[in-house]
Formats: sequence, structure tokens, C-alpha cells
Amino acid sequence: MDSGYIIGTIVNVIVVLAVFSALAGFTTYIERKVLAFMQRRLGPMNVGPYGILQVAADGIKLFTKEDFIPQNAVKPIFMIAPIITAATAFIALTAIPFLPEFEIMGHTVRPIIADINVGLLFVLGAMAIGMYGPLLAGMSSGNKWSLLGGARTAIQLLSFEVVTGLSILAPLMLVGSLSLIDINNYQNGGITDWLIWCQPVSFILFLIAGFAETNRTPFDLLEHEAEVVAGFATEYSGMRWGMFFIGEYANLFAISFMASLIFLGGFNDLWFIPGAIAIILKVAFFIFFFLWTRAAWPHVRPDQLMWLCWKVLMPLAVVNIVLTGLVIMI
Amino acid sequence: MELNDLQNRNVGEQNYKLVDIPQYPTTGWEEFTQVISRSIKTELLTGLKITFNAMKGALFNNEMHTVKYPQEKLPIAPRYRAIHKLLVLLESGNNRCIGCGLCEKICPANCIKIDTKLDKDSRKEVVDYSINLGRCIFCGYCAEVCPELAIVHGNRYENASEQRAHFVLKDDLLTPIDLLKQQKEYDGFGAISDDADSKIKKTPLAY
Repeated sequence: MDSGYIIGTIVNVIVVLAVFSALAGFTTYIERKVLAFMQRRLGPMNVGPYGILQVAADGIKLFTKEDFIPQNAVKPIFMIAPIITAATAFIALTAIPFLPEFEIMGHTVRPIIADINVGLLFVLGAMAIGMYGPLLAGMSSGNKWSLLGGARTAIQLLSFEVVTGLSILAPLMLVGSLSLIDINNYQNGGITDWLIWCQPVSFILFLIAGFAETNRTPFDLLEHEAEVVAGFATEYSGMRWGMFFIGEYANLFAISFMASLIFLGGFNDLWFIPGAIAIILKVAFFIFFFLWTRAAWPHVRPDQLMWLCWKVLMPLAVVNIVLTGLVIMI
Repeated sequence: MELNDLQNRNVGEQNYKLVDIPQYPTTGWEEFTQVISRSIKTELLTGLKITFNAMKGALFNNEMHTVKYPQEKLPIAPRYRAIHKLLVLLESGNNRCIGCGLCEKICPANCIKIDTKLDKDSRKEVVDYSINLGRCIFCGYCAEVCPELAIVHGNRYENASEQRAHFVLKDDLLTPIDLLKQQKEYDGFGAISDDADSKIKKTPLAY
């Protein structure tokens, strides 16, 4: 292992951390703007031109707010929980290839921190560990709303983990590799090679499970304001709450990148569009879609969520896998 | 819709549009078919379409509802009862108020105070006129009762201040002498109607 590799990896890590922290902030701005437009409002307008500095204002507010720990909270766990969410979200990003390889000043840059041959499994596993963040936060806060939020975390994320895994299994059987780069290269023959055309069901299942795992509407039961105040985050303030927030948005990007890579051809060139721009466009579409559904769709009840997961989505995923297996055999 | 339709209170006779609500599913199989039909009918996409069109309309067709309040203000209704104004005579610039005290008497919140004295020609002169806007309930009786159209309601509705004393200044209400030309006859609460002249009847002498 030469020193160039280590330096390159460290630079990669810093760039990914910086870019996605900034993107998380910027996505809150986009989210507020898009939601406002869909409700025929203007959204943030007063801080900077078109309110674009609202992100900075929010950041300053989060950093300078009192770091409050309730009296009856289990202090060490209460303090560690947000770090788990943020850290696992960023760890999950390590195995995702964001862009195609490119050259800068004679060096070939691979925009992936760790190209491991079980990349997809690693990403899913790291994101699943992220469940401990809300769960521990809810259980350690000493607040009944937090506890309810934590309980909902356990049922929601744990159940939809199953659907995510099963929905991805079918395309994996076609590709025969767990590396996201291999999956991407499998679809390099233009738009007709995209896996969404031969696996539409698993694409939809993956997207639904992605909504549930990133805790987005219509499955944002963890911090459903109308029912459990702010769920697991009720007692959090300041930067600890901000870490939950950043982790959630980093997860959003991870799911968007995975959906683009696995089903929509990843960073392969698309007609005249170069691959780097193609994947950014795809991810941007998914992010917009996440915001769009938040404006359009209502929440579901927890029991409906469980019903949907175990009685509809999981059987569908299994049937999909069996059919895919039969087709491959024949 | 006609007025008669609105006045008809007999439920069931109106031209209501009834929403078709199907029976709730009772068995598991019915629930399953409901889910299938709802998934295939793409009702979810209709919601997406509506919000997207709302966004398109807001961004490109000027259907944005936001009023940027301190910069833009919505017009208020002509009969809106905002902070009072004391008008002056257009010819001489003197106070219109004759110090009759009717507004002071009629005020239900007891917030109007008039000090008068007789001047050297033995005419009543208004020394001080104050409305405690902190107490005022903006009922409009004072404007209605004023025989000289001297006290009227203006169009200032942003009445916030740091001190209560700011709510009672006469100089604030009275039209300043340099803005006399801009004083307009008030057509809002308590103003005489357009056909007031035709409604005047001669007082019979034989009272």
C-alpha cells in the first residue's frame, strides 16, 4: 500500500465529508423552496438573495444553540446517539462510486473511497446500523414521545430493511456481483440496458423501502409531528439535533445514488450527456421526487405501514425473486 | 347559486354533489383487491400531478399567494375601521371639531377625552382632543355620531408601539397644516352617503 493511495483516500474522505455536509444543508433550502412553491408560497426570501443564505443562518443558529440534556436522560447514550446516525450515514457513503473516473493534473481520480467487492452489502449494512441512532436517542431521552419514536424506529427501519434486501436481490442475481461499480458497468450499453426495464417491480419496491428507511413522507412516522411531537428527536436541540438532520439527508443522498446506480444506469454516458452529469441529473431527480411526494402524499398509520411491508411488499419481492430465478434458469 | 338556494335550510333538497364512497372492505380478500385496484389506478400519481401543477402555476403563471408584507400591503376595505383621523376645514385649515362632545359621550370604551374652553369671541374652542388607542375598541361610533365629519377612521392599521403614551397623541391624528391639500373626504365608516343631499327634508316650521 503506497503513500499516494493513502493520501488520495484521505483527500477523498475529506471531499466527500465536506461536499455532503454542505449538500445536506443546501437540500434543506431546496426542500423548503420546493415545498413552498408546491403550496404557492415563496419560501425563505429574506436572508440573502432569494433566501439562499438561510442555510448559513440556520447553521449559525444550530451551532450557537444551547446543548440541552434532560435531567432524566441516560447521558452518555443520549450524547452518542446523534453521532451514530451521522457517522453511519457517512460511512455508508464510502462504498458508493459517485462519479466515473476522471483525470486531474495527471492523476487518475476514482471518486469512491473504498472500492470493495461487497460494496452494496456494505452500504446497506452501514445504513442499517444507522437505525441505532434514533432507537438509542428515543430510549435514552427519558420522554414518552421519544420512546414512542424509538419504538417506531425499531419497527419501521427493521421491517423495511427486509424489503430493501429482497428487492435488490433480483437485480443482483442478474448482475452477479455486489460491487456497485460492476452493477454500473453491467448497464453500460445505453438506456435499454438499464436494470429498471427488466426489474421494474424491484425498482418500485426499492424506492418504497428507501422512503421508509430515510424516514421521508409518506413513511415519516419516526418524527410524526402530529402524533409524537418530534419522535426520537423531541429532546434534542442545537448541533446534536443537527447531526440527526445531516445524517438523514446523507442517507437521502445514499439512497438516491444507489437507486441511480442499480436501476437507472449509474454514471454511464447517456446519449450526448457525459456520465458524471447523467448521474447528477438522476440523483437530482430522485431528491426532487422525495420532496415532491412530501408535498403531495399524506402519512400512513404505523399499522398500515407494517401491513404494507409484511403482507404486500415482502411477498411481492419474494415472487419477483422467484420469477427472476426461473427466467435465469431457463 | 341564487339567494333562494342559500336560504333553503332543508338538508337534502339542495344541489349537493355527493361523493361516491365505496363500502369499506370487511374481509382480507376485499382489502387485498382494494390495494391492488388502488395501486393500478395510479391515484398516487394524481396527487403528484396536482402539486406539480400548483408549483408550475406559482412559478410561471403568477399564482403565488404570498404577499411580502412589510414591502407590499393588501388594500383595506373602504369601511375598515383603523386608527382615527381628525380632519380640518379645507378652506381655513381650522379644526373641524366644534367640541360638541358627542363622541366623548357615545364612546363605549370611554377612551375619548375633549377639553374645551370659550375663546374671546365666546365660541367654543377645542383645547385638547385625545383618543386612548390602547383602550379604543374601534367600534366606529365616534365617526358615526360626529356631526361635522371631523373625526373619521383612517387607513393606518399598524398600531404597535413601545409606549402607551404614543397611543393618545392628538397631533398624530390631526391632519397637519402642510398636508392640507392632500386631505380627502372620507367615504368610510360614518361618512355621509352619496345621495345624502336628496335625503334631506325640510324641518317643518310648525314644531
